[in-house]
Amino acid sequence: MAPGPRPNVNDFSQVVHQTLNLILSLDTDLGEIVLLSLRVSLTAVAIAAAIGLPLGAALALYRFPGRRALIVLTSALMGMPPVVVGLVVYLMLSRAGPLGVFGLLFTPTAMIIAQVVLVLPIVASLTRQHVEDLWQEYAEQLRSLGASKHQALWTLLWDARYSLVTAVLAGFGRASAEVGAVMIVGGNIDHVTRVMTTAIALEVSRGDLALALALGVVLLTLSLLVNMGVHLLGTAGAARWR
Amino acid sequence: MAMKPPIVPLRLEDVSFAANGMRRIKDVSLELSPTGTTVVIGPNGAGKSLLLRLCHGLIAPTAGRVLWNNHPPEAVRRRQAMVFQRPVLLRRSVTENVAYALRLRGVPGHRRGAIIEKVLARVGLTRFAAEPARRLSGGEQQRLAMARVLALEPEALLCDEATASLDPAAAHIIEDVIGDLARGGVKVIMATHDLGQARRLADEVIFMYRGRVREHAPAATFFAGPENDLAQAFIKGELLWWRRRPLVEGKDRDRHE
Repeated sequence: MAPGPRPNVNDFSQVVHQTLNLILSLDTDLGEIVLLSLRVSLTAVAIAAAIGLPLGAALALYRFPGRRALIVLTSALMGMPPVVVGLVVYLMLSRAGPLGVFGLLFTPTAMIIAQVVLVLPIVASLTRQHVEDLWQEYAEQLRSLGASKHQALWTLLWDARYSLVTAVLAGFGRASAEVGAVMIVGGNIDHVTRVMTTAIALEVSRGDLALALALGVVLLTLSLLVNMGVHLLGTAGAARWR
Repeated sequence: MAMKPPIVPLRLEDVSFAANGMRRIKDVSLELSPTGTTVVIGPNGAGKSLLLRLCHGLIAPTAGRVLWNNHPPEAVRRRQAMVFQRPVLLRRSVTENVAYALRLRGVPGHRRGAIIEKVLARVGLTRFAAEPARRLSGGEQQRLAMARVLALEPEALLCDEATASLDPAAAHIIEDVIGDLARGGVKVIMATHDLGQARRLADEVIFMYRGRVREHAPAATFFAGPENDLAQAFIKGELLWWRRRPLVEGKDRDRHE
């Protein structure tokens, strides 16, 4: 086999060495990709939480026609394939699509929109379950104190805060791990819309295993840190407030 | 403040309540004494808790009407307060639990502090003010529920077995507060199966059995010797609810209704 600049799959130690170099030297390309990933996913999760938490709580509290159907729908949407969501958002944002005039396709904003669509059902559905359980416990007391449904909704969201953190966390997991949707609506453009997952997919197919692996390590570490941090926060809070 | 019309008397007109095809409250008609403490006694499953919930408007009767001085319970619920057998406390601090109730009633922030301090002192929880409410012991939790009620200054108080799972010391504080409220003009309606407590607090007794009111009398009359045989057996401590058939009233077909 001809010697080339790219590492061979067999040169495992060489790949690991280059990987560590990339990470430890704080490679700017790598840093850019990591930061964009975080920006897209965190923004998407924040928006999805801002909508999904009150929406899930409302589904738990209010009785209206079509409620059952909406609950089934949100649960079903939790498992939506990211590529399909990507495709739908693509169609909406493309020139000919209803939102084409905004020119959002192949921008980080488009990726955020796609991830919001993916994360929202998860946050809303898990929130509904947690809030419904807590409502069972609180309903009589809150009604006795004179709380309206609207007041009860915010009370329940606050009192369920430590379980809801896990709902949001599940959403973050989904957002940071998916490739399909951001690939389609972002286009994986270098320095513009390239995030960790899309970069990994590209670099592996190009054979640059060192960069792919470096990104993989960073992605894994970030996700572990976020999960551990939130888990500790959740258990500590739950233990304190019961 | 302009004088509001009083919340009493409380009247129940042919009230029935059914759940899952079972009639749990059957044709109850009552007018409670407008003052003092009314104690609802009776064995488990007699319908005491349901009766209180109907009075508070937490459930609606399937037939008949509940009227607080001609108002439906929901309309005057903010002038009432209820203490439950198992206190439901928010996942917040002791202080915050009382503040929450005050906030719901629209008491402005600058006035809440003094009220909270006063009611926590009344039930002996001052030193726990900053503690998470749910880490308190059972007795302390019920005392906090009582403090929350005190802060609301209700005109009527409903207590559903408020001391059933408490030790004597905690029960004593709760009884003491209830007694104070009643003497202060608050109409108290409490369900209990603790006969000693009924004797200590009652001005008026309602004896319930299988969803019906079997006797409604001033406490002195009732404890001197209830007219109803079931009530007699109950205050003698016989285990009524083990009987397959009521002792008297041969026409009583409650079991088959």
